[in-house]
Amino acid sequence: MQSKETIVCRCEDITLDEIKTLIEQGYRTIDEIKRVIRAGMGPCQGRTCRMLIAQELAKYYKVPVGEVLMPTFRPTVKPVKLGTFARGE
Amino acid sequence: MKEIEVLIIGGGPAGLSAASAAANLGASVLVLERDELPGGQLVKQTHKFFGSKKQYAGDRGFQIGNLLIEQCKTSAKVEVWTNTTALGIYEDGVVTAESQDEHVKIKPKKIIVATGASEKMIVFPNNDLPGIYGAGAVQTLMNVHGIVPGQRVLMIGAGNIGLIVSYQLMQAGVEIAAIIEAAPAIGGYLVHASKIRRAGVPILTSHTITEAYGQESVEGAVICKLDENWQPIQGTEQDLKVDVICLAVGLSPLTELCFQADCRMKYVPELSGHVPIRDEYLETTRPGLYVAGDVSGVEEASSAMVEGRLAGISAAYSLGYGLEAAPKLQEEALAELNELRSGPAGHKTMKGIMKLMDKGEVVC
Repeated sequence: MQSKETIVCRCEDITLDEIKTLIEQGYRTIDEIKRVIRAGMGPCQGRTCRMLIAQELAKYYKVPVGEVLMPTFRPTVKPVKLGTFARGE
Repeated sequence: MKEIEVLIIGGGPAGLSAASAAANLGASVLVLERDELPGGQLVKQTHKFFGSKKQYAGDRGFQIGNLLIEQCKTSAKVEVWTNTTALGIYEDGVVTAESQDEHVKIKPKKIIVATGASEKMIVFPNNDLPGIYGAGAVQTLMNVHGIVPGQRVLMIGAGNIGLIVSYQLMQAGVEIAAIIEAAPAIGGYLVHASKIRRAGVPILTSHTITEAYGQESVEGAVICKLDENWQPIQGTEQDLKVDVICLAVGLSPLTELCFQADCRMKYVPELSGHVPIRDEYLETTRPGLYVAGDVSGVEEASSAMVEGRLAGISAAYSLGYGLEAAPKLQEEALAELNELRSGPAGHKTMKGIMKLMDKGEVVC
């Protein structure tokens, strides 16, 4: 068996260790973490990992999870093929 | 661009109830449903519902789903687009969607967001091994597609979903090694828990999973006991040989569209996450945008249907329909919601809604 890994973002295969390392390096928000490692940019668009990352940030900065800044939500809510846009309205 | 009076995003129990309620008052309605068939989570629910006759007590979930679909089909005022996912809500009120692989635009007068919720995941070593499922996914696999997920299951979570899915696995001939629950008490209804205990399945409270293991897929799991501070107690580890681990650790409201639409949001743990602030008739801080069902706070299908009806009536009323009938129908729906939430299980929701309505606190 390979080394034990704890996955936080299933779509982009990002581990808990990777997220913790980034937080220790000073990344303070879900959006910052997303920009450097792509967590939340896969098919599910962060539905699995967003609140798991929020929990890690809350633990590290000792704040309630509700105070962790949410990322910016933009259309589209799921990945769409370019061909779909090209064909459509 | 498609123009419509009331656009409903999501064809589950809340969305379908909203559709027929708005149509009954005279509004033209379009429902967008991501799946091939409407019905939402009801399509896989084979258990009987509780409550009163008004909330279809005694009927099974999928039968209620069929009834709601039928009501929409027979209404000339309701159109349902399946295989259609809403993609965005823009400042000018235009909603975009992917419909049968086409990109489409819709201009509604009112919007009801009834997108439901998604399953939560938890972190533990090897949590991506094949054989680890969400409980909802297992229920779909079994009750919709007729496929059992494996031979022997560890269920994580003793809320109603964990208990009901465990019982349905047992009915399908699958063995449940144990149900574990991190909290010190069972979260679901006692009637479900008792049935499972009578069949000899252990329900271990104050227990968590420490790791899953296996070469190609799950071969087992290690669980342990937690102390009163939710910390693992050394020496209490147990090794369970299972080929499926099922996660029933809660749901998160699917609120991306509400965030996008600039609804004011608030994190309310009792409602399972970030939810839009709304008035008692379910209109959010974005005028003309309503919410109903799990997206406005995770609860049960019974209350989702009543919330849907309330949002549907309110949206139609705001367009000038049902000027005589609507206020009375709104009060009836509000009374039903209060009744549904009056029991011990509804206490948490009531507390959450109180927090949500309190405008004094910090919002994000």
